[in-house]
Amino acid sequence: MGKKPKQVVVLPCSGIGKVYGAVARETAYELVEKMRPGLATLTCLPLLVINDPEAVALVTENPVITIDGCPKDCAKKSVEAVGGRVAKAYEAIRFYKQHKDLKPEGIAEVNETGRKLAQVAAAEIAQEVDKLAAGEGE
Amino acid sequence: MDIQVVKVGIVSCSGEEIPEGTLCRLACRQALDERPGETVTICLPLFIAGGEEERTFAQNYPTITVDGCDKMCAAKATEMLSGKPSKSLSIPEILKKHGLKPPTKLRHFGAEEDAAVKVVAEEIARAVDEVLEEA
Repeated sequence: MGKKPKQVVVLPCSGIGKVYGAVARETAYELVEKMRPGLATLTCLPLLVINDPEAVALVTENPVITIDGCPKDCAKKSVEAVGGRVAKAYEAIRFYKQHKDLKPEGIAEVNETGRKLAQVAAAEIAQEVDKLAAGEGE
Repeated sequence: MDIQVVKVGIVSCSGEEIPEGTLCRLACRQALDERPGETVTICLPLFIAGGEEERTFAQNYPTITVDGCDKMCAAKATEMLSGKPSKSLSIPEILKKHGLKPPTKLRHFGAEEDAAVKVVAEEIARAVDEVLEEA
């Protein structure tokens, strides 16, 4: 009998001041809404900051992928601070370094090029979501 | 005579899971961009992930928190981890006050949501003025 797929939590940083924070958020939405709906799920990062029991349970009982917008790694550290284990941690800038033709702009919201970069990033992360959902890579 | 320039800290919940969190983030960003000399911000999770400088944010600046739901993460986290906010704003309350519908999309807002962002940003700006007057 096959193993029941788990939910995979995708957690972007809550960045409000940098373009890669906006890319991280857009990437997470691309995964949850378009690429892996029902399999990839979100929670609010600030809920972890206040130790919300439901949010803490979500990230301690399911594999978590974090996408951070800067080297301070707030998303990754916030999961670890509540006892969750980060299965895979990304920094959004990594995707730009791999796709220099897709330079994102905008802080509140990314421009069209930034949205394309987020789609590329989400496509790559979706492979990791699939592995984690199948119980691989943990 | 020394003139001390006071800046007001704005802490957005930016909740990723709810449309009001996106509205919150965009409105805070708009308020910050429109008042660059008088406002400053911090990413909320830095209260945990950051260092001493981040944790003393609300002690260094009079702070306005803006929350997208009644869990009030920004207000609670700021008070617990940094210092008591000067004002706590709630997106649902602001929308209700102005007779606006809550947004239903997590991203790519249209004209209706942008209008709500503008209204919330104006409320934040008003709160900034009030805090500056009291400072």
